Amino acid sequence: MRYLPHTEADRRAMLGAVGVGHIDDLFRDVPAASYAARPLDLPPGRGEMAVERDLRRMAARSLPAGDAPFFIGAGLYRHHIPAAVDQLLLRGEFLTAYTPYQPEVSQGTLQMLFEFQTQVALITGMEVANASMYDGATACAEAAAMACRVTRRGRVILSGNLHPHYAQVTETALKHSGATIEALAPDPMGIEDALGRLMSDTACLIVQYPGFFGGLRDLKPLADACHEVGALLVVALADPVGLGLIEPPGAMGADIVVGEGQSLGIGLSYGGPGLGLFATRDKFVRQMPGRLAGQTVDVDGRTGYVLTLSTREQHIRREKATSNICTNSGLCALAFSIHLALLGGDGLARLAALNHAAALALEARLRAKGIRVLSPSYVNEFAVHLGDGADAAAIIDRLAARGILGGVPASRFYPDYPELRPVLILAATETNTEEDMDALAGALAEEAGR
Amino acid sequence: MSEIVTLSGHRGLALEEPLLFEVGEPGRTGVDLPEPPPFDRDRLGGCARRAPVGLPCLSEPQAVRHYTRLSQKNYGIDSGFYPLGSCTMKHNPRLSEKMARLPGFADIHPLQPPQTAQGALAAIEALADWLKGLTGMPAVAMSPAAGAHGEWCGLMAIRACLEDRGQARRRVLVPDSAHGTNPASAAMCGYGVESIPANADGRVDLDRLKAALGSDVACLMLTNPNTCGLFERDIVEIARLVHEAGAFFYCDGANFNAIVGRVRIADLGIDAMHINLHKTFSTPHGGGGPGAGPTVLSAELAPYAPLPFVVRDETGLRLVEHAAEAARLGAKPFGRIKGFHGQFGVFVRALAYIMSMGSDGLHQASADAVLNANYLLARLSADLSASFPGPCMHECLFDDRFLKDTGVTTLDFAKALIDEGFHPMTMYFPLVVHGALLMEPTETESRETLDQFIAVIQGLAAKARAGQAEDFRQAPRFTPRRRLDETLAARNPVLRWR
Repeated sequence: MRYLPHTEADRRAMLGAVGVGHIDDLFRDVPAASYAARPLDLPPGRGEMAVERDLRRMAARSLPAGDAPFFIGAGLYRHHIPAAVDQLLLRGEFLTAYTPYQPEVSQGTLQMLFEFQTQVALITGMEVANASMYDGATACAEAAAMACRVTRRGRVILSGNLHPHYAQVTETALKHSGATIEALAPDPMGIEDALGRLMSDTACLIVQYPGFFGGLRDLKPLADACHEVGALLVVALADPVGLGLIEPPGAMGADIVVGEGQSLGIGLSYGGPGLGLFATRDKFVRQMPGRLAGQTVDVDGRTGYVLTLSTREQHIRREKATSNICTNSGLCALAFSIHLALLGGDGLARLAALNHAAALALEARLRAKGIRVLSPSYVNEFAVHLGDGADAAAIIDRLAARGILGGVPASRFYPDYPELRPVLILAATETNTEEDMDALAGALAEEAGR
Repeated sequence: MSEIVTLSGHRGLALEEPLLFEVGEPGRTGVDLPEPPPFDRDRLGGCARRAPVGLPCLSEPQAVRHYTRLSQKNYGIDSGFYPLGSCTMKHNPRLSEKMARLPGFADIHPLQPPQTAQGALAAIEALADWLKGLTGMPAVAMSPAAGAHGEWCGLMAIRACLEDRGQARRRVLVPDSAHGTNPASAAMCGYGVESIPANADGRVDLDRLKAALGSDVACLMLTNPNTCGLFERDIVEIARLVHEAGAFFYCDGANFNAIVGRVRIADLGIDAMHINLHKTFSTPHGGGGPGAGPTVLSAELAPYAPLPFVVRDETGLRLVEHAAEAARLGAKPFGRIKGFHGQFGVFVRALAYIMSMGSDGLHQASADAVLNANYLLARLSADLSASFPGPCMHECLFDDRFLKDTGVTTLDFAKALIDEGFHPMTMYFPLVVHGALLMEPTETESRETLDQFIAVIQGLAAKARAGQAEDFRQAPRFTPRRRLDETLAARNPVLRWR
């Protein structure tokens, strides 16, 4: 077997050194009735060529985004990833290292995390960021739990513009915490009255920016209203690329910013792994979940980096830790950081502008076909209404049969809201060509019966 | 060594690298993007950015060099022997990386209509079938993102099941050798945690367990093999006692690699266990993730598995994403624990590994992992102080008695290993012995590597006995940075560049 170096002679010699006659003797603590001295009745191992052939056949049964006009977003976005990102990720010293517990042999990972934390803080307009969570949805749940700790309150309000997965994960995570979750109804038009829900026992309001249906709103009045009642404003980001074009949540008064970092450097990969972003104010740093890389000096006085403030974490605090998270998304943080280093601030701004321009161009084509756009404002994603009685899910299935991956029907997330059955969420990015947009607008108008 | 100074600050191949923020310049780019067409900002809802982002930028050659130099300050499995106990640092097959990058896996969106994602759903199903086959368990929740997330998932299923029975059990029993995530996950589930001490054998003290069990115990969380590297030989009796008390038996599967292909955990009476794909099934640790922690469940717990899950019907494979639809299928999911459908990219890597190994290869892998650990234990027992007699499973535990009166600590000893070109073992964990040194060699290390490591350990132990403590205190000397001031880092946190 190609991953196992021992020869039979090695094994015999080593068993001899251990002082046993047979490998089974080393498993003698296993109850005999539960021990398989021979391989289980499952398929045997195979060579690279055979495994690769099978997996290529399996992969070929899906339609890759790159082979179709593609307008799906709703929390994960298809952006161009520079070739250098993946090449650098494959450096074995990054790929095959563990969490950097031994700082002297982990300065590469630690400096990278320090740079990543800085990049996240800069684009979100926050003071401090951690070294990553699993994904945007779990980061959102951690933010709700942290807001409850910081405010010592137990009411969490979820905007109807928050990604439904973020809302569901937050509800599940806080189920046994004693907190009360108030989830507002889906809000494609951006007209909900979240402020009316704020009360003296509110721990936080969680809004998404831009919203799940694409809409943008000034966060400052929300932040002011939250702070007036002693609550925190948590802002969730689905696509950090947009921050090249819109005000960062930190500049508008957000207390915690969480998000999904997949847009930068990390492909779609059927939805995982992603990259949970988590940023906040300095004054809350000791209530943060997750790893933090910090700067220090070595015994020779040279600048270096370590994991720090670990008294918040499970390996020290056990049941009193701020979170149970251990393994996080280190390699995804590296991908994000490399992509952002290649873009820089100017590149991020230009990329965001290209995304917005693509969405404007798509909107113009859809309007020309008589399709109603619901979102009054957006960066690169908006909702459309395909007409009373239309079933967006069925239309999307028909588009898929024509080789077009044309957006996400709102009913996939909200099966209990019949009024959302005709609503479709469409995202445009720099990867979409004019031909893709023409194909989508034409096919959508035909299938929607226009 | 540190007194040798060069003009540049570099030392041959040991290259210094400044922060990104000190090398980047505005006006440079690493990505050539077209000029955006002109547009009004009136569709930005009054949220147009007022100030520039203020991020540095590197050209592609600078970026490649920056990250290459950073990588050279890291030690990975590719660099050398990495016997970090309980972390399973074994070789990461390159085929797995190649397969995860196939467009039909890497470039598909989780919200594509299922008929355009049949290959991805088939990969999830294939991996789930393997995990069920290897554990003998009837169901598996695929969405947990890591081990700790899987623990929490299992406990949430247990709590949902108990609530369904109308039982408000409030305590979770956790042996004191457990990983810190166990009590942290129990607390996140709203449970009180009670610690169960180990006996002189390094295993669960049955009498203390019996005394702690009662009608308010929801479950026992037990790592098996445990963090001392020992198989809990009373496990069947433990399962019986736990079930007799009406509680569930959760197994932390972090060490499943020791028994994979040889022991089906269903046969031990376990009700739920997460599997760290990044350990047992060789997906890369990536400097701290991503991992994946699918959680196998008994028939009784299976209906409570979280959303989403894959089902097969006449149209092919599809996802069940909502509680109402799950209810029509007889399931009662406790909720959703992650965005989308799980760590799919990690699944593909694990699947490629499992298909490569097969039942025979996995059976051999657990044998070699256990053989290697016992080889270290046998060859090092005269020089170090083994905490428990063998045989051990996939890792062997020593404590610091062999360093008594030498002035050398476990930390010093580990740092000296770094100068010798090895990654240190896990230090000071588990907490049940003093100054723990926990070594996990894994099955992908050759006998030659182990012999080199053994010779170095023996030499270092002799050096410690010979009174050369100061040498140890100075270690490491040949690394990009020497010992770092962690107290300063915590007292005066500098967590970003300004």
